[in-house]
Amino acid sequence: MMSFMKGRVLVVDDDTALAEMLGIVLRGEGFEPSFVADGDKALAAFRETKPDLVLLDLMLPGRDGIEVCRLIRAESGVPIVMLTAKSDTVDVVVGLESGADDYIVKPFKPKELVARIRARLRRSEEPAPEQLTIGDLVIDVAGHSVKRDGQSIALTPLEFDLLVALARKPWQVFTREVLLEQVWGYRHAADTRLVNVHVQRLRSKVEKDPERPEIVVTVRGVGYKAGPS
Amino acid sequence: MSGDGAASAPGRPGARPGRPVGRTAGARFRSLFEGGLLEGGVQGSPVLRLFLRWVRRPLLPVMRLWRRNIQLRVVATTLVMSLGVVLLLGFVVIGQVRNGLLDAKVKASQSQATGGFAVAKQKADEAASGAGTGAAAGSGTADGTSATDGRQSQNVIQWMSDLVESLSSGGAGAFDVVTLPVGDDSGGGRSPRGSGNVNPTSSVPADLRERVNSGTTAAQSYTRIVYSNDKDSQPALVIGKQVNDPNGRPYELYYLFPLTQEEKSLSLVKGTLATAGLFVVVLLGAIAWLVVRQVVTPVRMAAGIAERLSAGRLQERMKVTGEDDIARLGEAFNKMAQNLQVKIQQLEDLSRMQRRFVSDVSHELRTPLTTVRMAADVIHEAREDFDPVTARSAELLADQLDRFESLLADLLEISRFDAGAAALEAEAIDLREVVRRVVSGAEPLAERKGTHIRVVGDQQPVVAEADARRVERVLRNLVVNAVEHGEGKDVIVKLASAGGAVAVAVRDYGVGLKPGEATRVFSRFWRADPARARTTGGTGLGLSIALEDARLHGGWLQAWGEPGGGSQFRLTLPRTADEPLRGSPIPLEPKDSRRNRGLDEAGLPGGAEEKRATVPVQQGGAQTPALPPRAPIVPRLTGVAPAADPAALPGNGNGARVVPRPTGGARRADDKAAADPVSEGGAARPDVSGPQDSTEPGEAFRGR
Repeated sequence: MMSFMKGRVLVVDDDTALAEMLGIVLRGEGFEPSFVADGDKALAAFRETKPDLVLLDLMLPGRDGIEVCRLIRAESGVPIVMLTAKSDTVDVVVGLESGADDYIVKPFKPKELVARIRARLRRSEEPAPEQLTIGDLVIDVAGHSVKRDGQSIALTPLEFDLLVALARKPWQVFTREVLLEQVWGYRHAADTRLVNVHVQRLRSKVEKDPERPEIVVTVRGVGYKAGPS
Repeated sequence: MSGDGAASAPGRPGARPGRPVGRTAGARFRSLFEGGLLEGGVQGSPVLRLFLRWVRRPLLPVMRLWRRNIQLRVVATTLVMSLGVVLLLGFVVIGQVRNGLLDAKVKASQSQATGGFAVAKQKADEAASGAGTGAAAGSGTADGTSATDGRQSQNVIQWMSDLVESLSSGGAGAFDVVTLPVGDDSGGGRSPRGSGNVNPTSSVPADLRERVNSGTTAAQSYTRIVYSNDKDSQPALVIGKQVNDPNGRPYELYYLFPLTQEEKSLSLVKGTLATAGLFVVVLLGAIAWLVVRQVVTPVRMAAGIAERLSAGRLQERMKVTGEDDIARLGEAFNKMAQNLQVKIQQLEDLSRMQRRFVSDVSHELRTPLTTVRMAADVIHEAREDFDPVTARSAELLADQLDRFESLLADLLEISRFDAGAAALEAEAIDLREVVRRVVSGAEPLAERKGTHIRVVGDQQPVVAEADARRVERVLRNLVVNAVEHGEGKDVIVKLASAGGAVAVAVRDYGVGLKPGEATRVFSRFWRADPARARTTGGTGLGLSIALEDARLHGGWLQAWGEPGGGSQFRLTLPRTADEPLRGSPIPLEPKDSRRNRGLDEAGLPGGAEEKRATVPVQQGGAQTPALPPRAPIVPRLTGVAPAADPAALPGNGNGARVVPRPTGGARRADDKAAADPVSEGGAARPDVSGPQDSTEPGEAFRGR
């Protein structure tokens, strides 16, 4: 079912030229784009088209991108990639905290964009039956579910990937760069702020006390590792 | 005299060179006086210094209070000065009172004494005439003379006692009478006598007796009456005269007038004056304290508020009451604060607007640029289907778009630094990781250039609190630059850490830098060679941004180079973010520089020179030429504006050109052809990777 629909990309951008260009590129890569130019209509369009991925411009007329991101995230775990013209930490972090999985700074190359989109969609192509434990959590990788004492915890696909990457090698300390490569699919030179923000969001969902994490442990000066089971 | 070698010349006892003990003692004394007890400039022996410190220590808080507290100073000065005035006044008043009292007493005493002397004379004359008849009667018998003498002296003794008695009876405590023999002649009944238990000899001063004996007039003096009984001695005026006794032989007659009453009056006056003076002084002190307080309190308030203002609490104001000078000070102060606040607000608004503007421009530019970029890429992808002219155009379009993008990105980055909006996200990172990423990123370019990048000093972790993103940007810049301008020769990346600092130096053996260029490479848009500049990529802002990045860390980015001998760029970062840098573990001028090699060949130790080269100088030395490259040139981190000179002059074909990422291989093909990695680079290499990595840091630090 997922694989049948995996080409759909919703482009939320008010710049018609850019939207059209994005459409050309995405179609050229075999995706199926749909467009919406207004933040107020974005959610309706999202519900209607049920995309596999959302490309979201941060600056929109009507509701701004952050708000749209929050609304979509509230009802779906679908990957969201932000398009932003601002690379300042504050803007990026606000965008990521509102629920975006990844961001790409304008101006970008088409190949870069496509690589990011593919990296976000790649996950659903590999259903391997696997059961992992991390702390007191039980992870069903194929079933895409995380449970604590039988209670399932809702995670976005990205957060799920992050948790699985850590849980697969509980003995290993992951640097932010390694996580970027394994979870986000970056090859090099990317922004470690992505990791920080998402680790925090993951902790807020899976940790009993996010102030004193036991599942995703910080290793000072190096990175993160899975907490002891 | 001349043979007495041991005696030193009088007047300069300590000046003899053969006596060091005396000299040190003299020096010690001199230092004690010259240095002063409280100045602290004493160079004497440690013991003396310790002693002085021991003496000074309890005084220090007092001195500090004295220096800092104007109220204390004013009150103390007022007290001292009013005390002086009161004392002076007291002395004058007491002097006047005493003179007045004594003048009256002296006059009365003199008339009394004169009368007394007259009486004594008269009595003596009477007695003489009375006795004269007896003497005349007895003078007939020759052997009766001695008997008469004996009787006469018996009579004189009696007469004298009677005289003293009678003379003093009129005084009744107001005065006493004393008779003394002239000189040592104590025979003939002239032994000292005194009325009212006065000790005759010790109550009359000797100089008065001399004066009395030397003339026949009366003389006077002040003395203390000494009593033969237990009565306390008391001050007195003594008037004496030489008088003849009935036998015509002189004796001294003294009137002693006790000054008890006058002394009582005087001490009463003294007491009153002292009490009044004390009150006046204390009152003046209190008044001074109150008055100064009135002035000082608002001044202190102003100082406190000024401090708070400077700490950023711009809404602080002074309380103003009344219309006096203090109130005017307060009003002026408040007006100043108001103006400051408005100006600062304006500047903040401007800065915010500027940042907002840059941000908006960035967004507005970037969105269409993205579209153009994507369109260009689509066209570029399809260029094989085009005719050659169109295909080449598509290539140029894509290439120049790359350049445009990186230029825009760098401009925005610089404007972010200028606006003070750049924030450091420091955490402990291992620089080896960063270097590894940078080197692997630069590999493709290095391969095209035929350059081999070597990393040395990466055996141990090189950890520092730094912003990995920024450090990586700086190092990428340096390494790519070195490869670009290394003419195909080796590029060496050296890591080291020592003391509170870590450093990464990037060494190339390309065309190097001309004198003066080592600072100019950091200037914005500086191009080493304007003729060649447009053919290489890069924005001309890379090193400026790198310098700002280093500054943001509290670190240094410095360049060294010699024409034809290559260059070395060194990034030094403090190990912890808030620690000031004092030195760098890697000397700025590499060991294999032409100058150092020349020194080695001449058999001279180059170490000392090198150490000096590691001491970074202040910004003032920024214009020092790079040859001889003794002074590292790039400023250490201060709050000062960048050393980069926007109007910097162009130089030779090396330095500031920055290529942020590998671009089209068609560029600088001439460089590749010209590169000769074996001949010169080979000669330069052996010196580089030697054992200096482990030993150098310590040396470099000792050299400070």
